[in-house]
Amino acid sequence: MTEDEIRAAFLDEINRVAPDIEPDSVSDEEHLQDDLELDSMDILNLVAALHDRLEVSIPETDYSCISTPGKAVSYLIGKMRTT
Amino acid sequence: MGDIISKTPEDRNAACWQPGAEKSPLTAHDLGWQLVGGLSGGAINIGYEAVDRHVNEGHGEQTAMIWLTREGRRESFSYGDLSVLSSRFANILCDLGLKKGARVFMALGRRPELYAAALGTLKAGMVLTPLFAAFGPEPLRTRMEIGKAEVLVTTKSLYTRKIAPILKDLPTLKHILVVGDDAPDGCLALGPELRDASAEFEAVRTGPEDPALIHFTSGTTGRPKGAVHVHEAVLFHALSGRYALELQPGFTYWCTADPGWVTGTSYGIISPLVNRVTMIVDEAEFDLKRWYGIVEREKVQVWYSAPTAIRMMMRAGTDVAAPYDFSSLQFLASVGEPLNPEAVVWSRDVFGRPFHDNWWQTETGGIMIANLRGMDVKPGSMGVPLPGITAGIVETGNDGLRELPDGEVGELALRPGWPSMMRAYLNEQTRYDKCFAGGWYLSGDLAMRDTDGYFWFVGRADDLIKSSGHLIGPFEVESALIEHYAVAEAAVIGVPDETAGEIVKAFVTLNPGVEPNDDLERDIRGHARKRLGAAVAPREIAFCTTLPKTRSGKIMRRLLKARELGLPEGDTSTLEENGA
Repeated sequence: MTEDEIRAAFLDEINRVAPDIEPDSVSDEEHLQDDLELDSMDILNLVAALHDRLEVSIPETDYSCISTPGKAVSYLIGKMRTT
Repeated sequence: MGDIISKTPEDRNAACWQPGAEKSPLTAHDLGWQLVGGLSGGAINIGYEAVDRHVNEGHGEQTAMIWLTREGRRESFSYGDLSVLSSRFANILCDLGLKKGARVFMALGRRPELYAAALGTLKAGMVLTPLFAAFGPEPLRTRMEIGKAEVLVTTKSLYTRKIAPILKDLPTLKHILVVGDDAPDGCLALGPELRDASAEFEAVRTGPEDPALIHFTSGTTGRPKGAVHVHEAVLFHALSGRYALELQPGFTYWCTADPGWVTGTSYGIISPLVNRVTMIVDEAEFDLKRWYGIVEREKVQVWYSAPTAIRMMMRAGTDVAAPYDFSSLQFLASVGEPLNPEAVVWSRDVFGRPFHDNWWQTETGGIMIANLRGMDVKPGSMGVPLPGITAGIVETGNDGLRELPDGEVGELALRPGWPSMMRAYLNEQTRYDKCFAGGWYLSGDLAMRDTDGYFWFVGRADDLIKSSGHLIGPFEVESALIEHYAVAEAAVIGVPDETAGEIVKAFVTLNPGVEPNDDLERDIRGHARKRLGAAVAPREIAFCTTLPKTRSGKIMRRLLKARELGLPEGDTSTLEENGA
């Protein structure tokens, strides 16, 4: 997958968990919880969805690595390369 | 019913309240007065007890609050600092021409301004209502409308996104104070206001029965209820913090709840400050490593958290916790929904201390039943009544109310009269009166008491949903759902969830001509989240062709829930024929 495809997949899963968030309106620096107002249950659901879609498992200790779309894309690229 | 985590003799000796004290003739009022100062002439003011009293008694230099910003900065505020900041805020309110009893609402994150505003409002004798800042505009509007908010303290971003669009519906709202140095049109910037206001303010001599706080709670039907608490509630905030949470002057204490919910006000502002602890305030949301790091670095001694957070720690496993030093922890407590026995045992293994579950409600204003330090913990149990509190299990039959013997399931009830008991539901006398019968306050929770006097939660007697510790009223969610163009009818229930206890699930029927599909499901959830916020909106939506209703047209949520969980459907004699 290309970086753009990973970003699109990540934003699509955010929209699935939190459909009030339009993927087009989200910038790379926005914090999922502080800016986009996802709560911790949303984050759990997002992690589960990413696991199903990208076959990447994200341990609880790495949740801060997906706290913004920008961080998440780099993290997921790294993860997908190693797995 | 579950194991017992036995306490050592040292543990019992260290406890400030020894088993057997419940037999003391002292009332909750008596015990509370031992812990507060009061003002002359029988006056009592929560804000004064929380800060000014300690300054007067020579503790102005002690750290009251350590604020950890999202970005990782750390700021300390002494009792003297909080006293000055809250005095400045009280002066702002008075300079605006507001009088004792004025309704001051807050919708902002965990920042120092929130604490200054809360304490300043109380010192000014005005009535405080903290709202959950992550609520959507709809719950914010409803609560400010019912509470006739006159002042709102918020942030610029929250104002622009959530308040400005509903302002036209809030005619009573006269002043909006916005954190920072500049404010949108029509708002006041709190930064310069605080700098300009006088640092001198003498706490208003409120009477014990003068209103201090209004906390909103959800109902099964109708709008949210504003539970009114009075200034003498501080007697119980003091007592319960001391006995149920082991708060001692000088301790470092961290309550992870947001002040937008009652726990975050009673035990995240008032009780810890009245008990003169140093409290940790973390601006950020739950983050496992951050939390463990805070406990270790700040040497937290007493930690009050919630089952959802504890279960998230458990999910991450013991390995993650292993590198941290938790030896500072002396007492752990949990509230919000029943803490599963595994979590109690797990916490003892990982932190060296078990989480002590306790039970209370918005209406009770403070912890009523708790697993106490000096007593064995029964994992899965909510514990025993606090000193000064009498609890029982009751059943309402044809011939009135009767108390049930140990071991039988009934409604958990309390003998009225403790200081932090709600005094009213705002403008809802009938609903208030319904909470009391036969000399008891009826909690709406089903429970049983074992032969050792420990209480065990069984379930809700009504349709309210407990998700991540928050009580959610189905009616409020259903009302938002049916505003969506496609939705004809909606019924909302709680379905069990491993982490959150329950999650909100909605069943909807669609208007003629609308076809159910994934896009529509997302659109309806998105609509609900925009209106209600993530904590309240449904996580799942199921499309139905009909909803089960009684012949009088009332949706039978109970039946939906039974079907969802595969439980017996119970009495369906009132079911409408075509509703099956």
